[in-house]
Amino acid sequence: MKKIYILWLRQIKRYLRARSRIIGSLAQPLLFLLALGYGFGSVYQEAGKGDYFNFLAPGVISMGILFTAIFTGIEIIWDRQFGFLKEILVSPTSRFNIMIGRTLGGATIATLQGVLVMLVAFIFGFHLTNWWNIIPGILMMFLIATLFTALGTMVGSMLEDMQGFQLIMNFLIMPIFFLSGSLFPLEGLPKTLSIVTRLDPLSYGVDGLRDVFLGTGHYNLSTNILILVGITMLFLWLGSYFFKKIEI
Amino acid sequence: MIEVKNLTKKFDDFVAVDNISFKVEKGEIFAFLGPNGAGKSTTIKMLTTLLHPTEGILRVDGHNPVTESDEVRRSFGIVFQDPSLDDELTAVENMEFHGVLYDVPDKLRKERIEQLLKFVDLYDRKDSLVKEYSGGMKRRLEIARGLLHHPKIIFLDEPTLGLDPQTRNHMWSYIRDLNKNENTTIFFSTHYMEEAERVANRVAIIDNGKIVAIGTPEELKENTKTSSLEDAFLALTGNKIREETGGVAEQMRVMRRAWKR
Ligand SMILES: Nc1ncnc2c1ncn2[C@@H]1O[C@H](COP(=O)(O)OP(=O)(O)OP(=O)(O)O)[C@@H](O)[C@H]1O
Ligand SMILES: [Mg+2]
Repeated sequence: MKKIYILWLRQIKRYLRARSRIIGSLAQPLLFLLALGYGFGSVYQEAGKGDYFNFLAPGVISMGILFTAIFTGIEIIWDRQFGFLKEILVSPTSRFNIMIGRTLGGATIATLQGVLVMLVAFIFGFHLTNWWNIIPGILMMFLIATLFTALGTMVGSMLEDMQGFQLIMNFLIMPIFFLSGSLFPLEGLPKTLSIVTRLDPLSYGVDGLRDVFLGTGHYNLSTNILILVGITMLFLWLGSYFFKKIEI
Repeated sequence: MIEVKNLTKKFDDFVAVDNISFKVEKGEIFAFLGPNGAGKSTTIKMLTTLLHPTEGILRVDGHNPVTESDEVRRSFGIVFQDPSLDDELTAVENMEFHGVLYDVPDKLRKERIEQLLKFVDLYDRKDSLVKEYSGGMKRRLEIARGLLHHPKIIFLDEPTLGLDPQTRNHMWSYIRDLNKNENTTIFFSTHYMEEAERVANRVAIIDNGKIVAIGTPEELKENTKTSSLEDAFLALTGNKIREETGGVAEQMRVMRRAWKR
């Protein structure tokens, strides 16, 4: 327990010491929110769907979480290159606990990042029907964050250096984001796209978040939660399996 | 305490460690010497569960590092040849992290951290980020951290690399005390022959992945009819510089590794 805590604490300290990164990773979600939110707002309204900015905000919050979560997970490659991973791996700590500690640390960071995006979105006019829903909303964000940090850590533990990074960006992160329903509603999609969105774990996260914040979910909230928890477990388990196989 | 039988490690086709065998008894101070690229670090990594052997049998504190890695990990401490600190944390935070991962109880941990940081003369700078340290200061911190929990075996891979003579002597006297008082087994590699001659009970010399001699420093000197361990070492391993004598393939390998850094 204490070991998980110290692994968690290390990541939080590193995060808080890297201010420029905090600001930097706010920029991209914000760009999407403002450009698309205001850009498509009138078209969306004319189609009789209501307020696009409000619809988009949970998607963009999820985007911020997705990127930060996968990046902090993949940071394990830096640990390997700077040598600190050796220190962790030779210690008498079970690989599963290492995986949990890292994942919780990264997930906390990604959730904080998501909260920041949310606060900025409030400034620009994102509004909730019931402000108390912020609390379950943050829990939902944490769930999304945990899932993708676990995925990032798993992927990171399979790579030796940052050379595969472009590949991950273009073939993992981007597709997960664009095919998730962050930017568009899941109703009335063409058949193929509809199947693909079902395979994308982020779909359930975004949908859950919309359900909590706006009360407009596509799937059932408990279905969303169940799927997210299940996939997180799977990634954690797979991750500690790959951890066992790391050689330095 | 450490038992190695017919150990071989191959990286693709390249044989880094070639069928070596030796034993280290409990409470012994054992030096592992050899030219650059001889296979010292590779052997240490296999003993400490970081690499899996290609062939052969390993026992550390009676356990197999491959199948019983948890038991093995509980038995040793290590100072690596390459850096392994977190640059974004302070010295104290690095020490804390280590102490918690090795289950050193709170009170004892606080005491030892203070004592060791004073010992390596970093106490004044204990709250500076490690990235602000000089090379030698980082090295000292690595050593202090390696000594924080008191394990049965300590592996030291070129621990004194880049340290001034004062610090080197200071550090060895601490390690010898630990060896005497707690009967800790010490397994170390170094390129300073006088260091090995002074502190080691027994010495193994490895060259091109093979052990070419093993025994007390006196025995090695006798067998080679030389007066110092350094001369014995040169007599056993030749005068040529390793990386230049290797074939083209070996040179490429060295370059590739250099680029990776
Ligand atoms: N991961 C790896 N992949 C390929 N070759 C490797 C790898 N690690 C080590 N080697 C090779 O194995 C050989 C032994 O390396 P090792 O690091 O064990 O040498 P060493 O005795 O510790 O040398 P030094 O005194 O320079 O530290 C070298 O030729 C090295 O290039
Ligand atoms: Mg070495």
